[in-house]
Amino acid sequence: MSSLSYTVIIGLEVHTQLRTRSKLFCGCSTDFRPDAPNSQTCPVCLGLPGALPVMNRKAFELSVRTALALNCRIAEFTKWDRKQYYYPDLPKAYQISQYDLPFSSGGWLEIAADDPGEPVRRIRITRAHLEEDAGKNIHDETGRGGDSMVDLNRTGTPLLEIVSEPDLRSAAEARRYLEEMRTLLLFIGVSDCNMQEGSLRCDANVNLHIHHADGSKTATPIVELKNMNSFRNVELAIEYEVKRQASQWQKTGQKIGDVPKQTRGWDAERGVTFAQREKEESSDYRYFPDPDLVPVVLTVQQIEDARKQLPETPAVRRDRFQNQLGLTAYDAAVIIDQGPEMTQYFEHTAQLCGDGKTAANWVTQDILRDLNAAGTPVSEFPVTAEILGTLLNWIREGRLTTKSARDVYSVLKEQAASGQSIAVGDIEVIVRERKLETVRDTGALQAAIAAAIAAKPEAAADVKSGKHAAAGPLIGMIMKQVAGADPKAVRELLLKTLADS
Amino acid sequence: MEISDVRKVASLARLALTEEELLTYGRQLTGILDYVRLLDEVDTQNTEPMPHAIALQNVFRDDQRTNSLDVADALSNAPRTDGQYFLVPQILEERSGGK
Repeated sequence: MSSLSYTVIIGLEVHTQLRTRSKLFCGCSTDFRPDAPNSQTCPVCLGLPGALPVMNRKAFELSVRTALALNCRIAEFTKWDRKQYYYPDLPKAYQISQYDLPFSSGGWLEIAADDPGEPVRRIRITRAHLEEDAGKNIHDETGRGGDSMVDLNRTGTPLLEIVSEPDLRSAAEARRYLEEMRTLLLFIGVSDCNMQEGSLRCDANVNLHIHHADGSKTATPIVELKNMNSFRNVELAIEYEVKRQASQWQKTGQKIGDVPKQTRGWDAERGVTFAQREKEESSDYRYFPDPDLVPVVLTVQQIEDARKQLPETPAVRRDRFQNQLGLTAYDAAVIIDQGPEMTQYFEHTAQLCGDGKTAANWVTQDILRDLNAAGTPVSEFPVTAEILGTLLNWIREGRLTTKSARDVYSVLKEQAASGQSIAVGDIEVIVRERKLETVRDTGALQAAIAAAIAAKPEAAADVKSGKHAAAGPLIGMIMKQVAGADPKAVRELLLKTLADS
Repeated sequence: MEISDVRKVASLARLALTEEELLTYGRQLTGILDYVRLLDEVDTQNTEPMPHAIALQNVFRDDQRTNSLDVADALSNAPRTDGQYFLVPQILEERSGGK
């Protein structure tokens, strides 16, 4: 068959655990404790008869904050429903979720296009709703059909489900959407987004629009992908699934509607997706309003107040770094994509240094390189923003050359590595001990220049007649005399002195 | 109520019913539905949908922790446990949480 032409259609469902101390409907801890299974449960989250769920205010506030940051409309009236299904990780046999009246809908998140030259892509958000998490099933891995084990610590943890429209057009785009979502959630402080611990999870709905020669299109059956526990796996799973669906189309010609929606899992070790169950129809969940919970009603004023309190989003911050601090779009993105801690480190450094670009150069080069090499988070990095910002300010004030500042930085790192605690005051000590300070005493410098000219009259004459390359040995002599002199300043002063003589 | 609907409801409720029981419950369910259908006689054209039986809204609790049950108590109603986990027959299909 000739090469197939098609468009990839992807929608993502992101589940993120909200950063609360207690669960959504009870006071049990939300800590991640796989080492102590079933130690964080109570009659409410175990679904024992007669228990009454009561909504966690903080969870609702974090939900509204997230939806506002995603440019969603906030409903003035919202309620919770029961979604019925049987599964061992769901002791009540229903999940408290939101069906027809979610608290938010109709937002968007902007991401960079595949081609950096293209304008940003605005991915529409269908809705975000607040629900409770299920527990965790642990399967017998021996293949001998042993029991599955159920840990209900996670049951009832507040979970925000964020559903996108099928606006994503490639696996790479899906990954960028997730990365941008994670950065946003971290910056507005609603989730720790730890994929290993399951506090950020993602399912992908994928299908193809096959293009025919006559200009018409056919949609292939939609497949829901699960079990993708890293950004890289999301990208790989979708890439695999796109190829599989294209080849399936060529083999069977099956269109959307010909077969029920299928769920496929991602097997990261084999690098393939595999069929799981047939998707139950939505009506089979038999949603109905949960009589144990009362609706939440917000006034327009309350919604506006929440909007005013919204922390700066990563997108706004990227713009500010470019417009106010003079960073390139690239540097702004590199710093912000590292997360809130690194961004705060940079901002503090830039503030003390007084020059955003210098701070950005150091942070994106020296600091990121050393952090990656050490494998430590910036919060544990010994050269704090206070130290770095002060050091860079010395450059800005002309007290240190960039090269000398690098020497001071190296010494500081060595001292920290050898177990000493380092502080801002150490900069001054190191500079003094190693005589690194730029000599601004032009008297001393002029004396050294005069001495060098006297010692090497031929070289001086060559420089004066325009052979600037001959200045090297003279500058070398002067630098030896005056440790800490800025070579650039020495050269300028030498040329000026000779020109004036 | 059609017998196929009764069979589907039974299956969703994980109830294994005999043909005889399907007929019995089918009759009973039909009776219940007919009774509830009496409400159709009320004109609700100008009535706001009621979200809840009691006129209450915005009931919240603060985000504070309270004591959880001891593991032994949490597991005490389970048919089978290993002292740490609830034990259930092997699950064949995986299905991630939150769905």
